[in-house]
Amino acid sequence: MIRFEPRSNPGPLLVYGVPVLAATIAILLAAIPLALAGAPIVEAYGLMISGAFGSVFSTSEMLTRATPLILTGLAAAIAFRAKLWNIGAEGQLYMGAMAAVAVGSGVIDGPSWVMIPVVIIAGMAVGALMLIGPTLLKTRLGVDEVVTTLLLNFIVLLFVQMMLEGALKDPMSMGWPQSEPIIDSAAFPALLERMRVHIGLLIALVSAVALAIFVKRTVWGFEIRAVGENAAAARFSGISVTKTMILVAALSGGLAGLAGVSEVAGTRGYLATDLSPGYGYAGIVVAMLARLSPIGVIASALFVASVFVGADSMSRAIGVSSYLADLIVAMALLCVLIGGFLTRFRVHFDRKSAQG
Amino acid sequence: MSSAAHTSSETSQDLLLSLAGVTKRFGQLVANNAIDLTVHKGEIVALLGENGAGKTTLMNILFGHYVADEGTVTVAGRDGNLEQLEPGAPQAALDAGIGMVHQHFTLAENLTGLDNIVLGTEPIFRLRRDRSSARAKLAELMAGSGLNVDLDQPVHKLTVGEKQRVEILKALYRNARLLVLDEPTAVLTPQEADSLFAILRKLAATGLAVIIIAHKLAEVLAVSHRIAVLRGGAKVGEMKTSDANHKSIAELMVGREVPASRRTARTPGKPVITLADVTIDRGDSRRSLHGVNVTAREGEILGIAGVSGNGQAALAQLIAGLDKPDSGTVEIFGEKVTKFDAHTFAQNGIARIPEDRHHDGMVGSMTVAENIAIEDVRSAEYQKLGFLDFEAIRKRAEHAIADYDVRCPGPDAPARLLSGGNIQKLILARVLEKSPKLILANQPSRGLDVGAQSEVHRRLLEARQGGAAVILISEDLDELLTISDQIAVIHAGHITPAMPTDSIDRSELGLMMAGQKAAPHAPDAPPATTTTNPGETA
Repeated sequence: MIRFEPRSNPGPLLVYGVPVLAATIAILLAAIPLALAGAPIVEAYGLMISGAFGSVFSTSEMLTRATPLILTGLAAAIAFRAKLWNIGAEGQLYMGAMAAVAVGSGVIDGPSWVMIPVVIIAGMAVGALMLIGPTLLKTRLGVDEVVTTLLLNFIVLLFVQMMLEGALKDPMSMGWPQSEPIIDSAAFPALLERMRVHIGLLIALVSAVALAIFVKRTVWGFEIRAVGENAAAARFSGISVTKTMILVAALSGGLAGLAGVSEVAGTRGYLATDLSPGYGYAGIVVAMLARLSPIGVIASALFVASVFVGADSMSRAIGVSSYLADLIVAMALLCVLIGGFLTRFRVHFDRKSAQG
Repeated sequence: MSSAAHTSSETSQDLLLSLAGVTKRFGQLVANNAIDLTVHKGEIVALLGENGAGKTTLMNILFGHYVADEGTVTVAGRDGNLEQLEPGAPQAALDAGIGMVHQHFTLAENLTGLDNIVLGTEPIFRLRRDRSSARAKLAELMAGSGLNVDLDQPVHKLTVGEKQRVEILKALYRNARLLVLDEPTAVLTPQEADSLFAILRKLAATGLAVIIIAHKLAEVLAVSHRIAVLRGGAKVGEMKTSDANHKSIAELMVGREVPASRRTARTPGKPVITLADVTIDRGDSRRSLHGVNVTAREGEILGIAGVSGNGQAALAQLIAGLDKPDSGTVEIFGEKVTKFDAHTFAQNGIARIPEDRHHDGMVGSMTVAENIAIEDVRSAEYQKLGFLDFEAIRKRAEHAIADYDVRCPGPDAPARLLSGGNIQKLILARVLEKSPKLILANQPSRGLDVGAQSEVHRRLLEARQGGAAVILISEDLDELLTISDQIAVIHAGHITPAMPTDSIDRSELGLMMAGQKAAPHAPDAPPATTTTNPGETA
């Protein structure tokens, strides 16, 4: 018989070690689908590692992929901390990107130190508004934000499509539904010459550190934690749950919007409906892997990005489906969830005695 | 005591349950230390102890939820032979005829009493349900014990006392020979508690063994045959109830002398809060008030007596600043309150002790220090430019932990590690440290052990002595009669005029709580302290 006994206070080794162990196990478990696909396992792992870390170029690609994942991961982490279930980061990302294109493709111009903050603020503001609406519906009318934010994703994508066919369409695109390019002064400069990794990465890292400090050390962070952990007690103590939720919505939506700005102004240069391969949804996985810790989001985004980039390159080299990457990430999530359970509970497999 | 008949028949023949040398450790903590306990057929044993004394751990071992590190649990089989109960197997305990009635009932509210009782005993795959045999068996049980309840009513329509009867019937229906009741009277009116005791005595007379986990001493003395006292995980005393007295048991439980709470005479000052004709209509009586007039004055404890769910929640929400009246006015120090807001109330000297301290009183994952400062983090004392001053927060916590004797690993420990009594001390430290002018104490000692209760009472009396007005909402008549200066009764959203405690008759109070008797001088009461609209009290 298996019994579970709660652990009173898990130590730091358990808290930090378990996610790492879970990620490792998930990668090892990938050997099973690889074997089923008939691929040479050792070689496949080698290709995966070299695909993500093998050269400056591959590392740069991995970091480029990690940048939006850090931001959407933070968006999910802060929202989930407050028990605001924002599933709409994908839509907020696209709206942020569209706002950046709207102000950053030539309507106004100025030096980079003006234009870059302008596109960032525009994208974050629109992203924030995208989540404040559903949050007000939740706090005022009790409308489930999971439903509203999820469905808004599809509305936003269709809206973006409509705009790309109409008002925002680039007349020079030869019929492709894409926006006019971001002007040079608003584009995020690259970090390395002839590489794609750009200052969006630095912005994401700074955001993670700032968010960690914000949550841990400020009055607002205190109130967010209180509302998230026990809204009834927070309300009783005089914290305004509605105001706190709106602040969280602004932060979460803003960070998701920033991910869109970073993609459009840093990676792609213009807006199209394939700007994000689901970064908004992947952000949820990243946040869960990180157990909603802002600093942990950096590590888990790097992990997820290297799995994606590594598996991509491996699958191209030996002809295995690149869905393998999704599989590994999903397994990692499962492992972390199981690991989280084992952190909180001690397992006894014994039947008779329970000595020691 | 009706124990005489049983004390003589304690032969090994009648032995039903024997716990021998049961020890359970959780890391450093010894939750149970070599505990011996026996229960005989037809015997009611009271298991007394403060929170954290090890009562729950011991029962969890009995039920197979935990495995004891040392010691054995032996149960007499139906043939009378003693057999060791398989450790860590809840099913074995059930099969051996051990039934449990939890403090929080485990009933499906939308099903009838009968459904709840037979739930899980019927085969799943059967086309037609034949319940005539179940009904016959239950009718027999009811007739023999006085456990009368309408089994065809959905459970949510039953009173708390009736729900408890359904729980007991459920255990008996499953052929329980030993019934364990966890704090059975916590939710009952005095009258309901008395009738429960009568039932338990009848059941015991038919051979059922009963263990009552309790901390209310008066009740234990009234119903049990034998008392076992746990303290700090060890059994510190065991006696026949006929040999026990109130004071000696209390001292055994706490391990030191318990100071009796006593009011000293004090002339009340001017009104602190006045509710005039306040109506809050939220549809159901639980959350509504109808034309309520209440005044609490400086240096006075105003007790609000009533059975749970009669509008206490609405009154508490209002005074806590979480709700505003539909009509009527609230004045604090003669000024009409226009902004009903928990933050404003807390900052303006209203100390609020919530009814459900786990749910409303603390954020479990946050630290003890953060929980103590939670009402005040926005004040300049604890933050600069929005950044928390952890040094100040910690200092206050250390001070509070020492002053209020909050037992915890330290200010940085998560608050969820604290026991119920210590959570209440934490809340007292949070709100009383600021010398409040008005204290709302909603069930402040519910679920607390004797020691913690007397601590809460001491603190409230101290604040009263210091000139604070206290509104004490409680279902515990002993508590109300001990520390209140005046008592008003709340029933179905109406509140009677306040009566001086010394003039109150206990049984009369019970009837008023049940809504069967109006306040003695309701219709023409002088508008001195508390009045109710004529006609509203009927």
